[in-house]
Amino acid sequence: MNDKPVNHRAWFMVLPVVALVAFSAALPLMTVVNYSVQDTFGNNQFFWAGADWFEKTLTDPRIHNAFLRQILFSSIILAIEVPLGVFIALNMPKKGVWASACLILMALPLLIPWNVVGTIWQIFGRVDIGLLGRTLAGLGIDYNYTQNPIDAWVTIIVMDVWHWTSLVALLAYAGLRSIPDAYYQAAKIDQASRWAVFRYIELPKMKGVLLIAILLRFMDSFMIYTEPFVVTGGGPGNSTTLLSIDLVKMALGQFDLGPAAAFSIIYFLVILLLSWVFYTVMTAEDAKESKR
Amino acid sequence: MAKITLSGLAHSYLPHPKGPKDYALKRIDHEWEDGAAYALLGPSGCGKTTLLNMISGLLQPSEGRIFFGATDVTDMATAERNIAQVFQFPVVYDTMTVYENLAFPLRNRGVRGEAADARVREIARMIGMDDRLNDKARGLTADAKQKISLGRGMVRNDVNAILFDEPLTVIDPHMKWELRTQLKALHRQFGHTMIYVTHDQTEALTFADKVVVMTEGEVVQIGTPAELFERPAHTFVGYFIGSPGMNLLPAQVEGSVARIPAGEVALGAAYPALSGEVEIGIRPEFIRVTGDGLPVRIRRVEDVGRHKIVRADLADRAIDIMVPEGAEIPAEPRVRFEPEAINVYADGWRVAPGGEREAA
Amino acid sequence: MTLTLESVSKVVRGETHIHPVSLTLSRGSMNVLLGPTLSGKTSLMRLMAGLDQPTGGRILWEGRDVTGLRVQDRGVAMVYQQFINYPSMSVFENIASPLRIAGLSRPEIEERVARAAAMMKLTPMLQRKPLELSGGQQQRCALARALVKNAGLVLLDEPLANLDYKLREELRAEIPAIFEEAGSIFVYATTEPHEALLLGGNTACLWEGRITQFGPTAEVYRKPGDAITARVFSDPPMNFLRVQKRGARLGLGSGQEIDAKGPLAELPDGRYVAGFRPNHLGIEPRGAHLLEFSARVAITEITGSESYIHVDHGGDRWVALVHGVRELPAGAEQPVYLDPAHVYVFGEDERLVAAAPYAVAA
Repeated sequence: MNDKPVNHRAWFMVLPVVALVAFSAALPLMTVVNYSVQDTFGNNQFFWAGADWFEKTLTDPRIHNAFLRQILFSSIILAIEVPLGVFIALNMPKKGVWASACLILMALPLLIPWNVVGTIWQIFGRVDIGLLGRTLAGLGIDYNYTQNPIDAWVTIIVMDVWHWTSLVALLAYAGLRSIPDAYYQAAKIDQASRWAVFRYIELPKMKGVLLIAILLRFMDSFMIYTEPFVVTGGGPGNSTTLLSIDLVKMALGQFDLGPAAAFSIIYFLVILLLSWVFYTVMTAEDAKESKR
Repeated sequence: MAKITLSGLAHSYLPHPKGPKDYALKRIDHEWEDGAAYALLGPSGCGKTTLLNMISGLLQPSEGRIFFGATDVTDMATAERNIAQVFQFPVVYDTMTVYENLAFPLRNRGVRGEAADARVREIARMIGMDDRLNDKARGLTADAKQKISLGRGMVRNDVNAILFDEPLTVIDPHMKWELRTQLKALHRQFGHTMIYVTHDQTEALTFADKVVVMTEGEVVQIGTPAELFERPAHTFVGYFIGSPGMNLLPAQVEGSVARIPAGEVALGAAYPALSGEVEIGIRPEFIRVTGDGLPVRIRRVEDVGRHKIVRADLADRAIDIMVPEGAEIPAEPRVRFEPEAINVYADGWRVAPGGEREAA
Repeated sequence: MTLTLESVSKVVRGETHIHPVSLTLSRGSMNVLLGPTLSGKTSLMRLMAGLDQPTGGRILWEGRDVTGLRVQDRGVAMVYQQFINYPSMSVFENIASPLRIAGLSRPEIEERVARAAAMMKLTPMLQRKPLELSGGQQQRCALARALVKNAGLVLLDEPLANLDYKLREELRAEIPAIFEEAGSIFVYATTEPHEALLLGGNTACLWEGRITQFGPTAEVYRKPGDAITARVFSDPPMNFLRVQKRGARLGLGSGQEIDAKGPLAELPDGRYVAGFRPNHLGIEPRGAHLLEFSARVAITEITGSESYIHVDHGGDRWVALVHGVRELPAGAEQPVYLDPAHVYVFGEDERLVAAAPYAVAA
């Protein structure tokens, strides 16, 4: 990076932000850390618990199961949303009125609040009054997301795909638009197949934005709470209890502040770690290639 | 390889062009000889890239037909036309190696195995990249990438023509020399028909057998470099070719004498009475600074190494004069025009000594 | 007004972009930075402007140390290769923008904008938006904005590189006159030797982050201190020939042996590199004092008034630039002739041993 000429006055400009971040992020986080090493039996009396909660959390089968469900969920939605988003981006019109119309249409799901999305799908899928539920029942398909775990999973996955594929598609579209026309012309002249154009021109040029899309979708899906909670409430049974749903149950449902705090910290570290791994693996590949 | 014929070709970006002003390219009828090297030279927006894109099939002409040999290719897609093109900014497949880049057009046509391998290696040797076949294309310098673009075009045996769209724009001066001469050597060796679009006169003149000078969607002259230099058909050619361009002076021509505000100038031939706006054109190379002749006032002398450019005023007109390296400029400078090198123009077009006006 | 660099250097992540440079630029001077892409022209300009902090050394403005000072506090104007204007403002507003920031009065702004616009031939376009102008006019607008600021230091980073050849030629002819009038320190980066010569003033040759030579442009061109400067400041590239001096004879790489003439005759025995420009290499034996070399034609390029004849001499590629149209068949044997007065002699370390006599006399 370039070293800019030093000017210490700049620090004063940043101060308000630093204070704000400290107040809104650092202080609550410290509270959580505080809770995670103490126990309480109510009455605001706390006892030192050391690393007990961390040990319990790491060995708790309930949390293990939630963790596995979470990994499964994130993997499935990434496996669907990324290719689907790229596919949509490739087929979107490049200019004219239709391009703008497409962009607006694609942006719509992104503008809807999380809990509204959950409510829409919760009603949409109901067998008694929902359009989807009634239609499927009418077709003779036995679908009921409140009873059948597989139906519940399909519902929340389809919902997430509906909600978030646009984001991947828009990012990929931006990446595609930055490719100069000359590349496509050269490919025509070389008689490259559609697949070769994608593999050797579009994919390499989209790589940067796709990396961002994957990271965003991964982090976001790993922390997902509102939508599945509104639809299934984690059920039937615990079948759709993802990590964050489990965490809220523990902290607010059972009021186990200590374990929940320890859980939160581990959760946070896992996301941080996985994101870091994702990022380094994908950029290291890049660096290696350009070095050769 | 084939002769390329443009028959009544014109293009307008508007759906219903009304007058000549609406055309990006005005009607052109021309034959590009098989195996010759052509340059399309003109300023930005003169229609040269439009013409190139129609030959390559990237743009469908609104009027006229294009033939490769006897085949009408007007409605054919780019891929079917078997042409190669090198673009202004280097286009390489970043993730592939140099070898894979060169082999790519062959693979797409189903050519594989030893024949393809031998061809790729031969082309790599021709463009001087045979020692870097396994390097990734993305890390290469701009000139190396342009060589690959060229190699990718030549790797096919059956290309009808190789088209160049300002290929040296992003290349450093020293590398320009190398690439240009390499290109010329390849042309001589393999005899592809080559069409080279540029705004740079040095590139156009040194590369081409014939240069097509265009302005405002119109071809103003097609000729060899020497013809364009010595007998520009239009004042635009005189201005655009040469550095600095031709000096133009309003004049009255009577027989073999031209009268300009500063005095009288002898011409190389006699002209009949001319109508319209009459000018004489003389290149800076053909004005001599001497002790006699027409008096000039020197404003500035630019030493550009192998010669000097003298910016001077001749009566009320600014003129440029070129003097050789080391030449002395007298204290009271006067100039003399070489009569044989003076061209006479009426309404912008050159008038031959017989009185006949030229037109493109 | 002077700008002084005192052994200024720049290292980025262990990689030296600029080796220590010491340079003094004075008021009203045009200073050309000439060198190929990545030779450090832009890095050096950024250091001069204060956009980057040097790793070592000091930068003085009129004797005052400004090394740590921000670019906003320095009075610098810069023009880039890309045409950079405010797209939503008219040409007038674009040119006026530095004056508004400086808080000038309305009549004064109008007067100075009008003057700069007239200089740059933009007067009829003042009310238009930059994107409605041609490339040449857009760059004139950017130049006008740099001029009107009355900055002590004006940096121009290949300002004409994106323009058509002819437009470039016209603006290049106008620029020196405009700058003489303005009286600031001008620094102009280019890759083209021809451009440096047309601009005149002083030239600094850059090569791999080092200034190889700095001085009046014509002097650097005619008296290059080493082979690198000679190579950078020659277009078409300078021709080189390895020679071994033995008494009154010169052994050439090709096995040929010739009489040592001119500056070569007075050298002590040893190995040298002779350099000469293409315009001094001919194909006609114009006198007995010329050196004659056997060569083979590789290719000829014709510009209409001149011909570039590329020849091979014992594995070296030379270019001869001759007057008139001379189409020579490739592969033909063609002796080439050189006046010893035009030969520069470099040592094996590339330092100049003897300058060409014609240049010393000039």
